[in-house]
Amino acid sequence: MKSLALSTRTAKEILRDPINLFFGLGFPLILILLLSTIQKNIPVSLFEIENLTPGITVFGLSFMSLFAAVIVSKDRESALLSRLYTTPLNSFDFIIGYILPLIPISILQSIICYIVAIPFGLKPSVGVIMALVGNILVSLFFISFGVLCGSSLSSKQVGGICGALLTNLSAWLSGVWFDISLVGGVFKAVANALPFIHAVEMERALFSGNYEGIGIHILVVGIYTLAVTLLAILMFLRQMKNK
Amino acid sequence: MEYAIKTTGLTKKYKEITAVDDLNLEIRNGELFSLLGVNGAGKTTTIKMLSTLTLPTKGDAVVSGESIISSPNLVKERIGVSPQETAVAPSLSVKENLTLMCDVHGLKKDKAKEKIEELSKALDLESVMNRKAGKLSGGWQRRLSIAMALVSEPKVLFLDEPTLGLDVIARSELWDLIESLKGKTTIVLTTHYMEEAEALSDRLGVMKNGRLLFTGTVKEMKEKTGAERIEDAFIKMIKEAK
Repeated sequence: MKSLALSTRTAKEILRDPINLFFGLGFPLILILLLSTIQKNIPVSLFEIENLTPGITVFGLSFMSLFAAVIVSKDRESALLSRLYTTPLNSFDFIIGYILPLIPISILQSIICYIVAIPFGLKPSVGVIMALVGNILVSLFFISFGVLCGSSLSSKQVGGICGALLTNLSAWLSGVWFDISLVGGVFKAVANALPFIHAVEMERALFSGNYEGIGIHILVVGIYTLAVTLLAILMFLRQMKNK
Repeated sequence: MEYAIKTTGLTKKYKEITAVDDLNLEIRNGELFSLLGVNGAGKTTTIKMLSTLTLPTKGDAVVSGESIISSPNLVKERIGVSPQETAVAPSLSVKENLTLMCDVHGLKKDKAKEKIEELSKALDLESVMNRKAGKLSGGWQRRLSIAMALVSEPKVLFLDEPTLGLDVIARSELWDLIESLKGKTTIVLTTHYMEEAEALSDRLGVMKNGRLLFTGTVKEMKEKTGAERIEDAFIKMIKEAK
């Protein structure tokens, strides 16, 4: 109940910020509209909607890191967290209060992306449900990364790390816009070592129903999610103790 | 004598710096006690220790009958804190901020509604209940901050620099508010403003370099230093302390 109170407050703070709404919902939708329009006017299959949409949902989730990081860092910098630390809330309540509300927001973002893709030729199927389930894991990775950054960096710094660096990494190294194999070499090796391309491939497999080779993608995303979530909890507890 | 707060050798060290040094302080139930001191005197660190925000390096304090070291969670249930900076959720309305505090303190829905109505009347917040906290003036935000600290009906209320940065009218209104709380709850207030301490306090304490130099009434402070004004008494006390 107490963690739910904090979760409600986190959700309200995020959803009431128009900039969050633009980047969280507007930006991924603009990309779907823009790239689908390009696809209609070119002779080659570059941005097929079945491939593009699962990828865009993963890219869209990278903004959850920014939301989580900004709210945690701003709360740390203001005296609000100090006040809340003097209440009967425990560390579990705080972790849940920051992570939990962003999961339904993430899923809502993905649902909207799939709905918007339908007029561009995406066929609704059970694969959408499977992809949404997969996105819970991916969203947990991004949210935890945000909590990790918000617990250790200032609100100005998280803008750079989560707003610029992470979104660029998840854009360029995820294979959403182009086939990473076409670049090859170090670029491909780095992309494969990071979770973004695996998250996109996992989502594409879940959406299409072709599960061949999905195991490795789930494993990589799962390990990254577990590691980042544990780190985020440790960092949050550490700053809570230091406070 | 029942004490709301009793500290025994309370000490806080940050590496080489001793922020609070062997503090032995007794604050009676229901009194308003002001902690005075120049910047870095240890006032805020003392409040942080008493409100369980930071652990002492040495010593202990009993707040409303519970130790801050062995029973911090019980202490948290009995205190309210209004921190130095305004501690409100900016995108939430005044009512939502109060609801948040009711929920984190586990108040049932009916009780929460009753408490919010009571506090909004007592602190004259009714006209701004639906406005976002972040859009309010500094004075209103402080008022809300104190209301949030009072939600749990605390036995001890800590007000850290409650009127810092406020204009003269907003400060006067907050003084009236604090005055109205006297007797109902024990209040520990830190301030830089001597006239504020004189107007509000039953007793006060003067700190310098983490050490408590004096505790007593304003009258006793003036008598001890031979000064007529509290400000002169304070300056004399600080300058004479080694």
